[in-house]
Amino acid sequence: MEKVFSRSKGLSDVPFSFCPGCTHGIIMRLIAEILEELDIIEDTIGISPVGCAGFCQDFFTCDFVGAPHGRAQAVGIGVKRAMPDRTVFTYQGDGDMAAIGTQHAIHAAARGEKITSIMVNNAIYGMTGGQMAPTTLEGMKTSTSPYGRDTILTGAPMDFPKVIAALEGAVYVASVSVDSPKNIKQAKAAIKKAFKVQQAGLGFALVSVLSTCPTNWGMTPVESLQWLRDNMMPIYEMGELKMTEEVKSL
Amino acid sequence: MEKVLLKGNEIIGEAAIRSGCKLFFGYPITPSTEVVEYLSKHLPPVGGTVLQAEDEIAAINMCYGAAATGSRVLTASSSPGVSLKQEGISYSAAAELPMVIVNVNRCGPGLGGLGPAQSDYFQSVKGGGHGDYRLIVLAPSTAQELYDFTMQGFDLADQYRNPVMILSDGFLGQTMEPVVLKDRPEAPKVDRDWIIDGAKGRKKRILASYSLTNEIGEANNLRWEAKYKNIQEKEQQWEEFHTEDAEYLLVSYGTTGRICKSTVLNARKKGIKLGLIRPITLWPYPEKAFAPYKDKVKGIVTVELNTGQMIEDVKLSVECKMPVHLYRRQGGMLPTEHEILDYVEDTFNLTAVEEV
Repeated sequence: MEKVFSRSKGLSDVPFSFCPGCTHGIIMRLIAEILEELDIIEDTIGISPVGCAGFCQDFFTCDFVGAPHGRAQAVGIGVKRAMPDRTVFTYQGDGDMAAIGTQHAIHAAARGEKITSIMVNNAIYGMTGGQMAPTTLEGMKTSTSPYGRDTILTGAPMDFPKVIAALEGAVYVASVSVDSPKNIKQAKAAIKKAFKVQQAGLGFALVSVLSTCPTNWGMTPVESLQWLRDNMMPIYEMGELKMTEEVKSL
Repeated sequence: MEKVLLKGNEIIGEAAIRSGCKLFFGYPITPSTEVVEYLSKHLPPVGGTVLQAEDEIAAINMCYGAAATGSRVLTASSSPGVSLKQEGISYSAAAELPMVIVNVNRCGPGLGGLGPAQSDYFQSVKGGGHGDYRLIVLAPSTAQELYDFTMQGFDLADQYRNPVMILSDGFLGQTMEPVVLKDRPEAPKVDRDWIIDGAKGRKKRILASYSLTNEIGEANNLRWEAKYKNIQEKEQQWEEFHTEDAEYLLVSYGTTGRICKSTVLNARKKGIKLGLIRPITLWPYPEKAFAPYKDKVKGIVTVELNTGQMIEDVKLSVECKMPVHLYRRQGGMLPTEHEILDYVEDTFNLTAVEEV
């Protein structure tokens, strides 16, 4: 019998440890497939953050450096500047990149740092137990917004990829989702492009991936996906938000 | 060997280049800024990289990333900037990353002022960041030592896979002095089986400081503790000045250590048997230096630019076998050699000696 599907060479044999229904596993598999397809597993250095996304260092087969909270891009830039011919990517949650690490994300983009960043946006702090993030939706209940996020007190949800897209050095910015097979395919294409941008040395690339947190949202996996479609997709602009002419020709 | 006249901060930059350091990440802050300025001019032409980061937090984490690849990397800052770097310094110690961190100490707390101070002693040698770790801290007192210790700092960092701090101050950083540009000493042979450079032809590596279980956490801490004990045993450095027959000792490092030499000479002219122990490593603290004098010396005065921080280590080193006093100036003020001698005479009631 012909083997039509197997574990990507980009993934180790460590079993995913995520909660049922969490889409981290899908996103990591996509990245692993891309590393394999581009044949860069042995040339790639991943930077892991804190939070649930931080487990990524165990699941990939490439080298990894574990960064302090919010500092993944600064650490990645240090690696890339030391070894410019290696592929460097950061894998961070929305709390890590759009809250505590905001300054590094903005300046990595402004300087056009030649690294690839993946931001997984589930509108909440996952591992710390479901607290409010800058990406938490209006009215959304979390452990630190138990009456629902009041935007008068705490501001409106931050569409972080749009902030990054405004900066000259960010040459590719996309916002995707992994809630359906069709969207998973699109997400993979966007992430692959973000890696190709780095290979071509064009500048900073960011892909934001909408994700679920059934545990902290208090929903089933299926309800979570529907909630994401109904509530997150209308708020966060989807698609390729920015692409320079050079990136289009990749 | 070439002799040059450079500002203290510039000499650090020159020593780094000659040590094979190819990467500098920093953020300007007075009185350390000439380090980044000098390297911005002189490192790129020899194939190096200087990046002015968005802040000190970014700079130290860039060092963390670069050091993870096994590259020699430097950062420099002054007190409030070093406070911001403490998170990254703790992580770097935990990930056992060799790097050199320069602190051109200004006075604090808070924004403080630009004058020379030694008020970062605790922060430098007792931790500063979270967790139980140690930095190797070298305290130069001349421009030549800024050069020599920066070179030595890179080697010690590589040898022990540990961050090394050069604790300078605003006086040393801003003073121009002649320096002999010695060649780099032979670099220690170090294993590189930990560096992160892509998993070509080997198993993947993870370089991180996260320990998920208490058992792993304790094993890590015990391993680091053993390393720190080894450094403590092998790397204590100090200078002694007229100590052989000393009845009284000054203990002082860096800029004040240098002033104290004049005090010792002045005292000797007056018949006072004063000597000086000048710690060079502040961690490991050179407790061995005090062993021969524990039962001989009648008293000690530490001279510091703070409220008395190093004095605690001096008291521990002499095991309370003699009185230990403090003479200090603060806020950017430096003591004169005469002020220090006056204090020594008053404290130990030595006016009679002078009259003899």
